[in-house]
Amino acid sequence: MAVAAAPGPDVRVHIGSVSGDGAATILGAGLASLALTWVLFERVLPFSGVLAFWIAWYLVFLVFYGVMATMQWDRQEAGNRVTAIGFGTGGALALAIVVAIVAYILAKGAAAISHISFITQSMANSGPSLPLGVGGALHAIIGTLEQIGLATLFSVPLGIAAALFLAEVGGPLARPVRTIVEAMTALPDLIAGLFIYVLFILTLHFVKSGLMAALALSVTMMPIVTRASEVVIRLVPGTLREASLALGGSQWRTAWNVILPTARSGLATAVVLAMARGIGETAAVLFTADFTKVTNLNPFSGPQINLPLYIWNYAHNEGQIPADLQRGFGGAFVLIVLVLGLFTLARILGGAAPGEMSRRQRRKISRAAAAQT
Amino acid sequence: MSVALPTNSTVPPDGDSPRRIVARQSLSDQIFRGILRTAGIAVLVITAMILIFLVLRSLPAWRQMGFRFFTTSSLVYADKQFGVAALLPDSVLIALIALAFAFPAGLASALYISEYAPPRLRRPLIAVIDLLAAIPSIAFALWGFVYLMPKIIGTDTWAAHHLGFIPFLHFTQTYTPSNFVGSEFIAGLVVSMMVIPIIASLSRQVFSQAPQGEREAAYALGATRWGMVRTVVLPFGRAGVIGASMLGLGRALGETVAVSFILSPPTDTFNYHVLDGGGNSITAAIANNLGSYSPLGISYLLAAALTLFLLTLIINTLASIVISRSRSGAATEAD
Repeated sequence: MAVAAAPGPDVRVHIGSVSGDGAATILGAGLASLALTWVLFERVLPFSGVLAFWIAWYLVFLVFYGVMATMQWDRQEAGNRVTAIGFGTGGALALAIVVAIVAYILAKGAAAISHISFITQSMANSGPSLPLGVGGALHAIIGTLEQIGLATLFSVPLGIAAALFLAEVGGPLARPVRTIVEAMTALPDLIAGLFIYVLFILTLHFVKSGLMAALALSVTMMPIVTRASEVVIRLVPGTLREASLALGGSQWRTAWNVILPTARSGLATAVVLAMARGIGETAAVLFTADFTKVTNLNPFSGPQINLPLYIWNYAHNEGQIPADLQRGFGGAFVLIVLVLGLFTLARILGGAAPGEMSRRQRRKISRAAAAQT
Repeated sequence: MSVALPTNSTVPPDGDSPRRIVARQSLSDQIFRGILRTAGIAVLVITAMILIFLVLRSLPAWRQMGFRFFTTSSLVYADKQFGVAALLPDSVLIALIALAFAFPAGLASALYISEYAPPRLRRPLIAVIDLLAAIPSIAFALWGFVYLMPKIIGTDTWAAHHLGFIPFLHFTQTYTPSNFVGSEFIAGLVVSMMVIPIIASLSRQVFSQAPQGEREAAYALGATRWGMVRTVVLPFGRAGVIGASMLGLGRALGETVAVSFILSPPTDTFNYHVLDGGGNSITAAIANNLGSYSPLGISYLLAAALTLFLLTLIINTLASIVISRSRSGAATEAD
């Protein structure tokens, strides 16, 4: 970096760091717009609403900041700064929505969760107007876990095989398959549920069960697994493939012993993220899982509820019973915790580039090397 | 593997035509490729089966209604008066409201993450967008129904009073708070939060592929960061952003839970005054009624579902074609 042969120590220039006058301009524009908006709302105009206040504040702030920026810098620089603020707001907004929803559900669900019965009992002994201390969502939690397990079992092998087909086999068929997979990723989950409902329940006369819900979930999860896996498989260096083939490995040996192990971390992330998406699917299970108040450990026969259906049933009543609404929030609490848990798992599993070994794998290799010498 | 050596007769005396390599696959490879191909075909088969079974099961409805299905707005299937003339435009309206909010927000967060955010923040922010996509729609529905709806009524009332001269913001009911509840505007607002991550993550992926050389060229010509984004990143990502927005539109059209939680009371006439309380959509009508309808009624709902499926499939397929075209980078090479 230090090419200049100037005497004295080099002062490192921090590119993009916040300068004093830049920060002061933002602060000044913020305060000025806050004051103006307050005057407008409280003294001049008959406006109301907390949300409207902050929206108005933000718009006034952008105008003020723009004006103050043009007073200090040239037009180019002022435009640069105002747009940077605007895009930053977009990023902050996404973060704010996530935090707001997660925090709100956790806070509202705490009332139900604070009763230990919520995770140790089903609703078998609980009537509609009973307090929170009686009954819980154990049956729904069991149902959700079993159904997502089955759905993973169905969708992951098929999804990864389809991804291998797209990445390793290719051919004229790959293009339409890829297009349809991408279109299926955004398939309304209601349609996936209706498909299983129409095919298995209306046409083949199956009864609503955990298995039906799992099938509907796998229809929504499979394209997600396929698309994410294909991206990961394409990241495996071509030299590894060529090395395996040059050693005389067949294509399936290459896939099984080289490509899949190399992409393991990314594939695990893809699977876990698809599970996180599947676990909260509500519309897909509305008509495929059946409402019940009792625990059913067997997903293959009899009605088995799951968390989304539990929330739907208890929170969606028109004549809202407070305890039932709280049960709904309690179910959402558990669901959000499950999603966050899966998400954290995905972050732990992921992050490793293809071929990057975990600490355990490195230890295993060094042990094997030590044993040989 | 056996490689057929070229025979001299096929190669012209002075030509450098490429050697034809014929590699015979072993039996295990043939089986392996067969299995993978089957998995690929399975995707096509599932999509085709969704179409076939929806068509088969909605035939009774099509027989009774024919093309009138698209011009009838009432929902009384017993009188052979059931159609999507109200449900379909309602669905599209909600999706457009959602897109109106989600497009600027998603685009801004995509640009922030790919161009403005400090490198240390980039990965956590991508994780936040992924998490937003993974939050169950029923959590959004609860949040929108219990928290957002009471909060938004003040803003709704203000908009109805002061922006009522804009046709679609005109409020036709009496000005009581309860009439502002359950409007298509609120439903669209909640759906927009589920569309933001779709637009943001796809656009970000496209933006991050903008060629480094052109970025540096823009800087070397004296562009500010915004100048660089405007002249290099945005033109490069244009097709991707359009595709991402279309996928978001498809997602918004298919959103079920939040829409049926919020829209109340269900209506059967198309009302483009988005602030008016009450509304309906294809998804809400199916979710609310499938459990209680007779087999004939179900076939009507499936006809509506088929309409929605075809619409979203067309939108999503067009979107993925647009995105895959943009990935080649042809957009900038041509300029």
